[in-house]
Amino acid sequence: MNTFKGFVIKEFKQIYRDKRTLVVLFGMPVIMMILFGFAIRNEINDAQIGILDFSKDQVTRSVIQKLSNSESFKVTAYLSGYDEVEEIFRAGEIKEIVVFEQQFEKKLTTGGIANIQIITDATDPNLANLVQAYTSNIVRDYVNELNAESGFVTNQAGLQPEIRMMYNPELRSVNLFVPGLIAVILMLVSALMTSISITREKEMGNMEILLVSPLKPHHIIIGKVLPYMVLSIVNVFTILVLAEFIFNVPFKGSYLLFFFEAGLFILAALALGVFISSVANNQQTAMMVSLAGLLLPTVLLSGFIFPVASMPMPLQWLSHIIPAKWFLIIVRGIMLKGSDLILMWKETLILALMTLGFIGMSLKKFKVRLQ
Amino acid sequence: MNEVVISTTNLTRKFGDFTAVNNITFNVKKGEVFGFLGANGAGKTTAMKMLTGLLTPTSGNALVAGYDVYSGTEQIKKNIGYMSQKFSLYDDLTVEENIRFYGGIYGINKKELNQKIGEVIESVGLQSVRKKPVQSLPLGWKQKLAFSISILHRPKIVFLDEPTGGVDPITRREFWEKIYEISDQGITVFVTTHYMDEAEYCDRVSIMVDGRIEALNSPEELKKSYSSRSIEEIFIKLARSASRGQG
Amino acid sequence: MNTVVNISKASKSFGNVEALKEISFEVNEGELFGLIGPDGAGKTTLFRIMNTLLIPDSGSATVLGSDVVEDYKIIRPQLGYMPGRFSLYLDLTVEENIQFFASVFGTRLEENYDLVKPIYSQLEPFKNRRAGALSGGMKQKLALSCALIHKPKLLLLDEPTTGVDAVSRKEFWEMLASLKNEGITIIVSTPYMDEANLCDRVALIQKGEILQIDTPDKIVNSFKKPLFGIKSQNKYKLLQVLQNYQWTDSVHPFGEYIHYTDIRDKTSRETLDDYLHEQGISEVEIISIKPNIEDVFMALMSGEREGINE
Repeated sequence: MNTFKGFVIKEFKQIYRDKRTLVVLFGMPVIMMILFGFAIRNEINDAQIGILDFSKDQVTRSVIQKLSNSESFKVTAYLSGYDEVEEIFRAGEIKEIVVFEQQFEKKLTTGGIANIQIITDATDPNLANLVQAYTSNIVRDYVNELNAESGFVTNQAGLQPEIRMMYNPELRSVNLFVPGLIAVILMLVSALMTSISITREKEMGNMEILLVSPLKPHHIIIGKVLPYMVLSIVNVFTILVLAEFIFNVPFKGSYLLFFFEAGLFILAALALGVFISSVANNQQTAMMVSLAGLLLPTVLLSGFIFPVASMPMPLQWLSHIIPAKWFLIIVRGIMLKGSDLILMWKETLILALMTLGFIGMSLKKFKVRLQ
Repeated sequence: MNEVVISTTNLTRKFGDFTAVNNITFNVKKGEVFGFLGANGAGKTTAMKMLTGLLTPTSGNALVAGYDVYSGTEQIKKNIGYMSQKFSLYDDLTVEENIRFYGGIYGINKKELNQKIGEVIESVGLQSVRKKPVQSLPLGWKQKLAFSISILHRPKIVFLDEPTGGVDPITRREFWEKIYEISDQGITVFVTTHYMDEAEYCDRVSIMVDGRIEALNSPEELKKSYSSRSIEEIFIKLARSASRGQG
Repeated sequence: MNTVVNISKASKSFGNVEALKEISFEVNEGELFGLIGPDGAGKTTLFRIMNTLLIPDSGSATVLGSDVVEDYKIIRPQLGYMPGRFSLYLDLTVEENIQFFASVFGTRLEENYDLVKPIYSQLEPFKNRRAGALSGGMKQKLALSCALIHKPKLLLLDEPTTGVDAVSRKEFWEMLASLKNEGITIIVSTPYMDEANLCDRVALIQKGEILQIDTPDKIVNSFKKPLFGIKSQNKYKLLQVLQNYQWTDSVHPFGEYIHYTDIRDKTSRETLDDYLHEQGISEVEIISIKPNIEDVFMALMSGEREGINE
């Protein structure tokens, strides 16, 4: 036991002494949260729009006022004719032009139908969709207000689905990112750092001495893995604290369940780190394999930013074997929907099986000799 | 042949409080084989770095191949060759590719280079492996190749940093034969080594202790003045009195 | 007398490189055994077979009574091993290193302090210094202490003196000699031929084969031919002249003197002297000298090269 304890103490000391890496490991979650939380957004803020108002009456002015009052839009151009549309879009600043037909108010009050046209710059289709959706929302709001105030009943042509964004009504991107960020950071710390730590030992030649000693192979593995497990848990705490207090990300479910699932995922990542270290002979290889083989798929294919459902079928199948994908479903469920184990038993089972599988693989692959 | 190719006067290098090289003054003549000995930590490597233009002295003067170590480092580098145990050859390039690469760096033109490649391969005996990656060569061949490359451009002085470490005894001697050969041709050889018997091959030997030169003379004269039978004895006597070797 | 290591016809290849070719030898309890040979001779591979980190392709190896393949778990805790490059934890202090290695072997520094004291006492003034900041000689001493701290039965030291200056080397071997008194069997590899004289028995190894195994004295005595030491002012010219001499068997520079053997059974100093004078070499000194291990090694190597056996 003392053998093992001595080994673990050494591991902690080595990590603690490497100040530069420590700063990165502890600082990274904070930096990433700030980046994703503040800088990268899927909402629109102050998107520039233009108005082509053929009517220029009370109603159109109210609608325009409402649009420009909203945080999402800023009216920066008033056009006088359709011929200006293309030029404005070419200039690039304006993302959308709202067109009000002539005699808008009159048509609305007498016939109940008035046309608004929304022209969007769809060179960025995501943005175009968003802009159009927000605009539609605002217009609809206005229409409902009008109905309420004046007793008019205005109809909307065609099927008008009532849209409610559940669980994330404001479509806040930070709610989307935080669970994914947890997965990415855990992969980074647990898998990447563990694989580097073990291969560094190999590179330096110290692994030889450790093997030729009473230390059993599983002692070596656990000793190597323990500090990073602790680090991972600290990082998860950091992210949750930042998420709750700075970004107001909701946490509707059980903390106990959350940490249980996080624990499973951490174990899976650690096992993968150990596995990589068995097949890599130096730190550089370990790093490359971890980055390309684990981190990249986790970021791109797990549903972290890009929805899995939008991907081509082969990639969707591929995403099934990425542990982060299941972890994200679970974490989003717990945090944003308040789901419990009964609802997520399937994903938890899959994650647990994967974890056991990875642990088995890594133990088997760990070499007791130099060949 | 009494032209001086290296001369230093009170050459010093400090790192913060620590004086690695402390006021060393000496000359090396053209064509000499000059042995530069000292224990680990005595200041040898630092001194060599200053002479090869890799480190600027803190104070004192030195001229190498006629150029000043403060202002003429680029010229110095063009006129010297350098071989060290750790760096010299690219393991994943072939023998030929290595020679061609360094020839290019030294500015040897293409026609001359092709001829030189042939010469080097002949002289080291690498015909059968010329297209093999250097990694696959035994250490002795690598060292000989690295040496030949270091003198490819016929420099005035060649600096050899422990060129024979770990190599078998016959190859070691073959290496020294090559050193004699080029010294005969007028190239000055500045060599450090841990093999005390190799010190005997040198025209003159200096021994550094704690940043200073404690002894400098021909092997014969040194043995007379220290009443010792071998350079090793002298070295041990001097090095044991050092304060720096501990820790 | 117990046999601590027994290797029988062990071979090992890496790709097309034959690192070891049917090596056989034994080491007895309490011996200070030297493996002498240059880089690439196979020393490290042999060590790794002995410490159970590599399995021989063919042949067998028994260490401390157990087979290296089947019973490696029994062997490993009884070994003290110092691989090349010392393999210390450079970011831990001197004290932390030794405490770590002690704990890994289930002991503490205090328990075996007396054993390592002659070595470790030199390090104690620096016990809070990081191992990375030590000089080469000090790292070597620390690595030895760490290998010894659990009082192993067999100490395997792979090139512990390579790259270290002559003074530290000397001190190191003095420490090894004193360890023998503790009954520890020590196997050391080194490329420095002069260190062979400090061992009880020595195996000369080159290109995966053992050239000779015996006590240093017997090895030196196996050099049959009379050996001359020849000295002159112009070393290089002397060397060239002797190399071109028709009667030269072997000629090797050895520091001050050139070691020379003649093809003829008997040759006198006068004949040599005359020849050298003819060739324009003056102030020649010729003496009869006793061969050393390096002479023998080179003779064996050359014998190998020409396919003749010494």
